[in-house]
Amino acid sequence: MFEKIKAIFEEQLGVSQDEMSLDTNFKDDLGVDSLDLYEIVMKMEDEFDVEIPAEELEDVATFEDVINYLKSKGVEE
Amino acid sequence: MLKEKVAVITGAGRGIGREIAKTFAGYGAKVVVNYNGSEANANELVAEITEAGGIACAYKADVSDFSEAEGLMKFAAEQYGRIDILVNNAGITRDNLMLGMKEEDFDQVIRVNLKGTFNCIRHVYRQMMKQRYGRIINMSSVVGMEGNAGQVNYAASKAGVIGITKSVAKELGSRGITANAIAPGFIKTDMTDALNDKQKAAMLDHISVKRLGEVSDVAETAAFLASDKASYITGQVIKVDGGMSL
Repeated sequence: MFEKIKAIFEEQLGVSQDEMSLDTNFKDDLGVDSLDLYEIVMKMEDEFDVEIPAEELEDVATFEDVINYLKSKGVEE
Repeated sequence: MLKEKVAVITGAGRGIGREIAKTFAGYGAKVVVNYNGSEANANELVAEITEAGGIACAYKADVSDFSEAEGLMKFAAEQYGRIDILVNNAGITRDNLMLGMKEEDFDQVIRVNLKGTFNCIRHVYRQMMKQRYGRIINMSSVVGMEGNAGQVNYAASKAGVIGITKSVAKELGSRGITANAIAPGFIKTDMTDALNDKQKAAMLDHISVKRLGEVSDVAETAAFLASDKASYITGQVIKVDGGMSL
């Protein structure tokens, strides 16, 4: 799952996957703004076939948070 | 000019919205004719467009209702696969002097004209973000810029529409989406037919080109803003008023 998420971020931001680890903070380390994040969310919805309401993402800041969130939604891999 | 584009036009059963739908279809757009009260008019318009070789369908939704606005956008995206153009045209008036204006008159006008515009943009946002393309055209009014006695509610709603337009333009410019407002002056429609001859003559006095506006004057402006030719114009309010506000 981490690999797929990293690929989405790479495609969206043009940032190399080498710069992404589990504790990378989107805002502080990658400079992601809220519109970027919104587009990333839409791509993840397509990739993992889940619905992600914007208000559920307030506490999501790192890749680890994303993985935990998606697992809580029933995404397995 | 709008070949293969998909356009949603709210309040398209009558008046300016109807002309915009016809004009867009004439330029090759696939048009969703939204209406709320004017079902017969909307169906007639769809038939007219179809007969002329265009593509259109009608959809009933009260845009002042958050979930009905959502239904409208879902329908359009499912029907035609995308939404390139949104024209927020649906609007009402409940004129009265401040002293006599009921709370309900104020709320109702704000709900349709201002919140309706918000509702529709809110629900088209995702689709346009995904496409990285969109043209949002909001119908404001010269009244929203200059004010008008007896139209506190309408003026407030149309000034508010300008605020929405500029904010959305800033928010979405980087995603290939533009947002502009049109501020019509005195255009011949059912809404302005209600004025008496004396009132009309008084208005003409202030119009530089010495004629009332036609719905086509507004529709052609909307078509330009909706086209690829206007890609460097965003957050603007274009007055179509024959020089009335000079």
